[in-house]
Amino acid sequence: MTASRRRFLGYVLAAPVLVAAADLVSGESAAAADLTELLDLNDIMTAAALPTSGLISIEVNPDGTVSFALPRAEVGQGITTSTAMLIAEELGVPVRRVRVTLADARPELLFNQLTGASNTTISTFTPIRVAAAVARRRLLDAAATEFRAPVGKLRISDGVVLGPAGQTLDIGKLAEAAASPRTLSVPVELAARENFTVIGKPQNRIDALDAVTGRKKFAMDLAVPDAKPTMLCRPPTINGKVGLVDNLADVLAMPGVTDVVAISTGVAVRAGTFGQCIDAIRALRVTWRAGTVEGKSDATVLKELAAAEIPLGPRPLTPVVEGKFTFHFRSNSAVETNCAIADVRPGRAEIWSALKSPIVAKQTIAAKLGLPVSAVTVHVTEGGGSFGRKLFFDAALEAAEVSQRIGKPVKLMWHRADDSRQGRTHPMATSRVRIAYAGNTVLGFEQRHTSITTDLGHGLGELFTAMAAKLPIGDAAFAQTFFQFSHTSPYRFGVHTRLLAETGKGFNTGSMRNVYSPDTTCARELIVDQVAARMGKDPYRFRRDFLRDERARAVLDRVAQEGGWGRTLPSGVAQGITFHSEYKAVSACLVEIDCRPATVNRPIRDGVGGPRVTRVVFGVDVGLAVNPRGLEAQMMGCVMDGIALALTSSLHLRDGHFLEASWDNYFYTRQWNVPTDLRIIVMPSDSDQPGGAGELGVAASMAAVACAYGRATGAMPTSFPINHGTLSFTPKPTVPPIPASPTDGGTVA
Amino acid sequence: MPEHTFRVNGQRVTVDVADDVRLLWVLRDILGITGPKYGCGISVCRACTSHLNGREITPCAVPVGTLGPDDEVVTIEGLPGTVGQELHPMQQAWLDHDVVQCGYCQPGQIMAAVALVERVAAEGREITDADLDGLRNICRCGTYARIREAIRAASGR
Repeated sequence: MTASRRRFLGYVLAAPVLVAAADLVSGESAAAADLTELLDLNDIMTAAALPTSGLISIEVNPDGTVSFALPRAEVGQGITTSTAMLIAEELGVPVRRVRVTLADARPELLFNQLTGASNTTISTFTPIRVAAAVARRRLLDAAATEFRAPVGKLRISDGVVLGPAGQTLDIGKLAEAAASPRTLSVPVELAARENFTVIGKPQNRIDALDAVTGRKKFAMDLAVPDAKPTMLCRPPTINGKVGLVDNLADVLAMPGVTDVVAISTGVAVRAGTFGQCIDAIRALRVTWRAGTVEGKSDATVLKELAAAEIPLGPRPLTPVVEGKFTFHFRSNSAVETNCAIADVRPGRAEIWSALKSPIVAKQTIAAKLGLPVSAVTVHVTEGGGSFGRKLFFDAALEAAEVSQRIGKPVKLMWHRADDSRQGRTHPMATSRVRIAYAGNTVLGFEQRHTSITTDLGHGLGELFTAMAAKLPIGDAAFAQTFFQFSHTSPYRFGVHTRLLAETGKGFNTGSMRNVYSPDTTCARELIVDQVAARMGKDPYRFRRDFLRDERARAVLDRVAQEGGWGRTLPSGVAQGITFHSEYKAVSACLVEIDCRPATVNRPIRDGVGGPRVTRVVFGVDVGLAVNPRGLEAQMMGCVMDGIALALTSSLHLRDGHFLEASWDNYFYTRQWNVPTDLRIIVMPSDSDQPGGAGELGVAASMAAVACAYGRATGAMPTSFPINHGTLSFTPKPTVPPIPASPTDGGTVA
Repeated sequence: MPEHTFRVNGQRVTVDVADDVRLLWVLRDILGITGPKYGCGISVCRACTSHLNGREITPCAVPVGTLGPDDEVVTIEGLPGTVGQELHPMQQAWLDHDVVQCGYCQPGQIMAAVALVERVAAEGREITDADLDGLRNICRCGTYARIREAIRAASGR
């Protein structure tokens, strides 16, 4: 059975050097795609990819390197490295010889070029290995001819083919001999898990050297001829529109400025340097028209959410624990702001940007420019973080519009203030949870999650729409589908109902890392703690008793043990422990938090200290971890997100705009918030299938911080982040929309 | 427009641009030195952190007109040259600890780390958790723990 699942059909493509290919949909997922048995979001994504016909191909170069253009976006999650590992494993070459680039937008791949929902490794694991295995087989065949030896006596190690009489030949020397003048199909058998030498072993990132030397190129680092710096003067309220520009000619005459033009989202300025763009934008006098959420504030949105909430079912006769939680707007802004290069000429356009949905971007840009899709080339650049932000292509669309209007190439970048105030957000939401119990039995779990609408119009939506008719849940709205499928029920809590209600359009929202799960899990786990208390049970023991399966209990046990669950701590310091499963993975988190006044009130210049998370032990079982070191890095980042979401990071909505304009207002986790004791445990697994991990860790860690905080302070928190009620900064003006750069050199104390 | 002459990564450069244009844009947009990254433009994210005459600066907050012919700017590209090696020990520590995720903030992180270790060494003491807590460079990927490990390792070399 195991052997048959390792046999696949790949291709050798007609080319002057060896090019081995596989259908991006090959893999055992094809056989498992009984749609009534879809378990979670990733099954839908993988199944949706099945009918596509695009091939992915691996090229063996005469210099002995191996090239592969990955049809996904690398934004820090480490998929170029894990992809190189898959190729190295099956081909028998060192990881350092594998060159992974990011593929341009390939519309023939349909849904299969979307980077999201932690699906990359799950959906590409088998096809990439099949292509590499085809290459290996062709190289061995070619070497057998050279060596005049039976192919069974040959092997490839470290990029060299070894013959029975001690002959050696580098694979680069075979690149032409192994090529084929016509396309052939080739059956292959993949390496067995027990023989893996690369997959599952810790591997440092393949792009690390470029990153630490400053050589790694992001979109704004590219030298596209005449693509001059371009920025936008943006409205003072969310999605306001340009009315009149009072001093366009004056600003056009400023140093370095080449163009000033009003477009659909603001007034664009192109100049010799971004510094001159900033000066010009600050000098512009623009009359603005109303935005899309004019006059709204946190309080009015909360009322909208309350009005939209789907009521819980009839209250049972048994005891219940209920709670309602508020989650404020949050920013998924990366350190690299929204940015893109566009060169639009008559009849054609070329775009460079870090895009997680490049096909939809290409189609949308083509429509906006009035060009055929085939006339628009979209290059996917390496991204400086995403956290969901790069599922959208707001900057690419703007850059295309500006370039078309002025007839010149542009290097368009959002100012940080733009990115914070006009960029995508995690929508404000409330979550109501009710658990009914009797004695030591939990009878039912109800959750009503009510949220400002999450914009999913980046291709994942189209994917689901296309699948909708085939899904077991029928014609439910896409967001509801997403919600249901991303929320498995880890506990044996009797009858479950989970419903999502969305309301209120007009905000720029999007899927922020781990989407709904940090909020819904935080709400659930806080109420789980309450139920455990009512039953007089330890929170860890309670969870353990109700978790459904052994894999879940194992990871919970491990963090409890490793983290010293239940150890004696001073008053004001406490632990929290939580569980979350998603993306075919399970995770558990133990947190210790110090809420003593001396810690909470420690002075931090232009930042927020507050309670300090001092210890985090995070356990994760993703199945087969292709690169445990990369997985560990992702979990560390997720923990930092979880701490920020629970304690410090939110946007304050006032009069139709967000107050936060930069990192001195938006309090993402900083070094002074980092736990000094952080341990990530990658659980051993004998699975031969990987799970997804880029987002997985946020939910359990946010929830664990919240649970620990509740225990340390003696009161369950109900509004997040906990410091949202205190405005810890002086808001920057909205006119001009961006602040001047300081002149003090930025030296530190 | 006025000319400004100063030194970058061991080389003398002259640029023709207004006095108040910040060094970050002179480096990136005029000289094509793209290691220092933009993340805020107001010296709070510190992704552009570089060194001026051996001291940590954020080039987004340095008007080019304040630089003179004897001023030496070192960006991440010139860091190895300051120790005459292919990589500065801090860069090597970063590789050893696989610190990087997306990598965007990392040139600034490394330049800040080098300045911190030099400052602490000049004070004749070991690096402390409080020193590391005081690092202000933001990393939205959250690779802070590995940054701390790498700095401790490099400071011990």
